[in-house]
Amino acid sequence: MPDFKLNCPLPLQYQHVVMAHGGGGRLMQQLLGTVIRPAFANPILDAQHDSAVLAINGTKLAFTTDSYVIKPLFFAGGDIGKLAVCGTLNDLAMSGAKPLYLSCALIIEEGLAIADLQRIMASMQQAAQQAGVLLVTGDTKVVERGCGDGLYINTAGIGLIAEAVNISPAHIQVGDHIIINSDLARHGMAIMLAREGIAFDSHLQSDCADLSGLVQTLLADGLDIHCMRDLTRGGLASGLIELACASHSTFDIDEPALPIHADVQSACEILGLDPWYIANEGCFVLFVPATQTEQALSLLHQHPLGQQACVIGEVKQTHPQGLVTLQTAMGISRVLDLLSGEQLPRIC
Amino acid sequence: MAQPNPYRDPATVRKLCQAIAAITTQPWRIMEVCGGQTHSIIKHGLDQLLPPEITLIHGPGCPVCVTSLSFIDKALAIAAQPEVIFCSFGDMLRVPGSQLDLLALKAQGADIRVVYSPLDALTLAQQNPNKQVVFFGVGFETTAPSTALAAYQAKQLQLKNFSLLIAHVRVPPVMRALLDAPNQQVQGFLGAGHVCAIMGYHEYLPISAHYGIPIVVTGFEPVDILQGLYLCIKQLETGKHCVENQYSRAVKEQGNAPAQALMQQVFQVVDRNWRGLGRIADSGLALNSDYAQWDAEQRFAVSTITTQEPLTCRSGEVLQGLLKPAQCLEFATRCTPEHPLGATMVSSEGACAAYYRYRR
Amino acid sequence: MCLAMPGQIISITDNNDPLARSGCVNFSGIRKQISLAYVPEAKLHDYVIVHAGVALSVLDEEDAYESLQAFEALAEFQQAL
Repeated sequence: MPDFKLNCPLPLQYQHVVMAHGGGGRLMQQLLGTVIRPAFANPILDAQHDSAVLAINGTKLAFTTDSYVIKPLFFAGGDIGKLAVCGTLNDLAMSGAKPLYLSCALIIEEGLAIADLQRIMASMQQAAQQAGVLLVTGDTKVVERGCGDGLYINTAGIGLIAEAVNISPAHIQVGDHIIINSDLARHGMAIMLAREGIAFDSHLQSDCADLSGLVQTLLADGLDIHCMRDLTRGGLASGLIELACASHSTFDIDEPALPIHADVQSACEILGLDPWYIANEGCFVLFVPATQTEQALSLLHQHPLGQQACVIGEVKQTHPQGLVTLQTAMGISRVLDLLSGEQLPRIC
Repeated sequence: MAQPNPYRDPATVRKLCQAIAAITTQPWRIMEVCGGQTHSIIKHGLDQLLPPEITLIHGPGCPVCVTSLSFIDKALAIAAQPEVIFCSFGDMLRVPGSQLDLLALKAQGADIRVVYSPLDALTLAQQNPNKQVVFFGVGFETTAPSTALAAYQAKQLQLKNFSLLIAHVRVPPVMRALLDAPNQQVQGFLGAGHVCAIMGYHEYLPISAHYGIPIVVTGFEPVDILQGLYLCIKQLETGKHCVENQYSRAVKEQGNAPAQALMQQVFQVVDRNWRGLGRIADSGLALNSDYAQWDAEQRFAVSTITTQEPLTCRSGEVLQGLLKPAQCLEFATRCTPEHPLGATMVSSEGACAAYYRYRR
Repeated sequence: MCLAMPGQIISITDNNDPLARSGCVNFSGIRKQISLAYVPEAKLHDYVIVHAGVALSVLDEEDAYESLQAFEALAEFQQAL
């Protein structure tokens, strides 16, 4: 009889930051929760919303910042410049703010073609102009060759929140419907397929877009939005789990209702990736009272960025730690959890 | 939007579950060999749709789980060389070696890249003539043909800067080893569909006959798995044992002749250590002497690396189907996907990781 | 093991060496040059199962349809009992 030797590796503790710490998953949450947030703890930061909401002399402002480290700099459907503007506009929009002003800090790697930089700046200006915002301050640094991926961009933004608007995870209520504006996973898969070593051909384009105009339309029509979240790195799963935790709720999601295009689905399946965790850049979820769902869908469907909008779930009940459950097509309920880090293409 | 896939149709799935319930009169323990089948079962919750008499045991068909600690350490030793571009399937990057995993080594500056295919690694070698490109060949007989093709093409091109670290394993010997183990409880198998697409299923006829056990070659979609289970349970209930082919749209009895021929040309059968299971005779594939020039173990002189595997985690029992992940005391406490104690928690196919993600 | 996807062959690049034969395979809009070394019988517009950049077998669509139908019938028969 063969003698089976049971074995196990030693447990690993990370002493250095790894890529997974930036992946939008559990390791990133751990880094934020144990190292970064505790250094600055205050109620505004602890609200953990896309933007900080500040009350200054009776005026509500949203203030946010984001950094963009994407590779390649130019991709199907956009570039790092467009992303840097739209990403920050979207973060402001998720608090219900009308974006007003942006800053931009550039960290340029020695050797970047000036023509490429010009193209990216033009792209940023175009996106800002279309959104009606001004880029009013900035900074430029150059680092040695090998110390950056061509270009890193940080943008910060401020926007104005109307008096009556109160949008945050704390306002999520049991019974709210969860609506998504668009189909999933296009940005992340468009980037992944272009990677060296993967290299598939497709017409997939990033869904990178400024959502602030759409959000202002919803608010102008008097829609009572309780919360919104744009679904970036970590995908729909991370967005929902973070909100469930922040609002101490259980969200119940109808898996078959999720809009996913055939080519995106295919790309995910070839590489063994789960579309729930793939980055988006033009996709957001909103929480509205059930009585307003029809109005919300009608408004979304009239806008180019909301034509595929649909209800994907509801806020079922309160829950101390927050929980997201999926009802699968087979009628089984399963728990949605964060990944440890980045999803990697698999063979198995 | 995505077209409805008939092999995931909920109505068909429901009907098949009802059909299984209708023929099941007593408890049965069935093992699905392949990690991809495990993933499908857990993700779609198929085991929760079955009658309580049916217990599914998740088998060792996950190359990420069973690749030995020695091979991970060899991979790390090669990848750490400054002139090397180390190419691997993504799921291997988080498998712990004795000190590190490939992802942690990448954080320290090693050039480690995820590829979709060994042929993509070959392309990288042609594009980077001043680097040594090494491909980490893990997987079963499904994947071995693609590695064989990369080796063959490297030889045709006489490519000097490409080599392969081969850790391929074979299914029939591990099935025999499982069935020979004391306390083994498996009564029927869902055979690995894509392995059989390559190798055919004639190797399983003597196994089925000798051990008196049904083996149904099965695909990966929910309808495939339930059809496979139906056929297996039907055999068990009627006291039959033979090899059947549920996955006939992709698998023929003789398998894929050109793939088998090239594998014969490139590989030799060797003994192999399986993580969690120990040494199994004739269970591995290695490059043969005609391809020694492209063998990374020889090129980088790492064949002497043999790592002693410590004795505390119960991955082995999980791999043999003797233990469900939730029965392990470390599950979801000391052992999580962020801090895995065993490979079954690292791999997204590993039974422990699948349970952690979908079942807590 | 064995993450493999069906895709349709939309072009073929023949070669004197059958092991060098390849084709462009379309997976619902995603395309890649895939080795057809192991499916010498594969023709344009055939569906193949692809794993790690290599086609493993030609999908027998007729067989697929028949087996789905057969199981539908069986499942309904079982239900009726």
